[in-house]
Amino acid sequence: MSDSKKHDAESGTPPCCQPIVQPTDQASGSAGPRSTSSPESPWITGKIRTAVGKIPVVDTELRFADRFGSWKARWGIRRMGYRIVPGLYATGRPTEKSPVFVTANYKMSFDRLRSQLGRIDSWILVLDTKGINVWCAAGKGTFGTDEIVRRVELHGLREIVEHRRLILPQLGAPGVAAHKVKELSGFRVVYGPVRARDIPAFLAAGRKATPEMRRVTFTFSERVVLIPVDLVGSAKYAFLAAACFLLLSGLGPGIYSLDRVAAYGIISAVFLLAAAVAGAILPAALLPWLPGRPFSLKGAWAGLIPLLGITWLALQHPEIFRNWPTFAAWFCFIPAVTSFMGMNFTGSSTYTSLSGVRKEMRIAIPLQIVGAVSGLGLWMTGLFV
Amino acid sequence: MKLRYLPDVTTLELDAGKCNGCGICLLVCPHAVFVLENKKAEIVDRDACMECGACASNCPEEALMVRPGVGCACAVLNGALRGTEPTCDCGEDSTCCD
Repeated sequence: MSDSKKHDAESGTPPCCQPIVQPTDQASGSAGPRSTSSPESPWITGKIRTAVGKIPVVDTELRFADRFGSWKARWGIRRMGYRIVPGLYATGRPTEKSPVFVTANYKMSFDRLRSQLGRIDSWILVLDTKGINVWCAAGKGTFGTDEIVRRVELHGLREIVEHRRLILPQLGAPGVAAHKVKELSGFRVVYGPVRARDIPAFLAAGRKATPEMRRVTFTFSERVVLIPVDLVGSAKYAFLAAACFLLLSGLGPGIYSLDRVAAYGIISAVFLLAAAVAGAILPAALLPWLPGRPFSLKGAWAGLIPLLGITWLALQHPEIFRNWPTFAAWFCFIPAVTSFMGMNFTGSSTYTSLSGVRKEMRIAIPLQIVGAVSGLGLWMTGLFV
Repeated sequence: MKLRYLPDVTTLELDAGKCNGCGICLLVCPHAVFVLENKKAEIVDRDACMECGACASNCPEEALMVRPGVGCACAVLNGALRGTEPTCDCGEDSTCCD
């Protein structure tokens, strides 16, 4: 948040003395070298001639490459580089009366928007949000008043449309002061619906969104799409911790024993990975049904599921546990892990406040530390008794 | 099922005296915190507020105040570790902000 303005200032704007932007300027690297779009991008289907030069026309049908790109971003594969060149684009055959939509240069945000504009001739003003989606960029201020005003100027929007109206996604609002955009650019901000799929209905109703269109939701399907990136994000730490458990399990009375690693280490590593998988999947999937409002509490409950599995194993195959402390250790350790992971899911959720997160962290973090340390202590004790 | 977060935590404040009744806070709020009553905005669901700051930044009369921020534990930890305000800039492998 704090350095958002700084980021704004260092965006790769063409030099100020340059004339009104030409389409080639859009490709001149204002999104940086990692940009994934260029004038040859397959989703650009042509050019439309305007008073300020040719503007790229984009496809409103998503193709396999677009869907595959979204899938990769969902799995965290080069997600931060999944961006397009900021600038002005068109759908259909827009005129000076056509609506102007504003969006972020995260490719998934742009794709969501254009895929809804199949029957709508429009202009799309893509802001430089450093490849971040609309809502998060609005929180950082990169999807914001200054960037909108700058882009309206830079792309000569006043000469392209005769109206003075910008349709913004509602979730861009935290970064924007509509009255200041009007004052500084002459363009009136109209807040569209939260979800791009409601845009046709919003336009049909005379640019009016229903209360439902203005509400943010967090449905099961909206939550489960977030699971892959959390799995990938936690994998590094989970494998590191699993390796530590594997190595430590050779310790015990006498010399370091590989037999102990085989007998107890491997299963411990598996339990740890199971906890990480549970922590990444269950808080997201079961959010409304896990008891309590704090995410750290919901996460702790999620730990019950791997613990049930471990208890079942202990009953079926008691020999895989060296002794009772190595078994009991998991009852401290796993809820601490899943609680922490559940707590981190607040960042992906659509309804947690900073004040609330701070409040729950003050209580949860000490408890998570106690759980993790006592679990580790029990497990280590089990190695030596 | 409606998801609710912790009650009595939001920093949201409305100065009804300054409100001109334009209603933009009703449009930008993602959780229907406000209603318009007798041409004045009113807070009807305070605990639904997630402190995104959209209402305050768009209020032309500065009648709304909220300490905006992202409700993200990862950002709070990041800030605490660096001694800054909560920050989403977790680096290249960040998993938040999607």
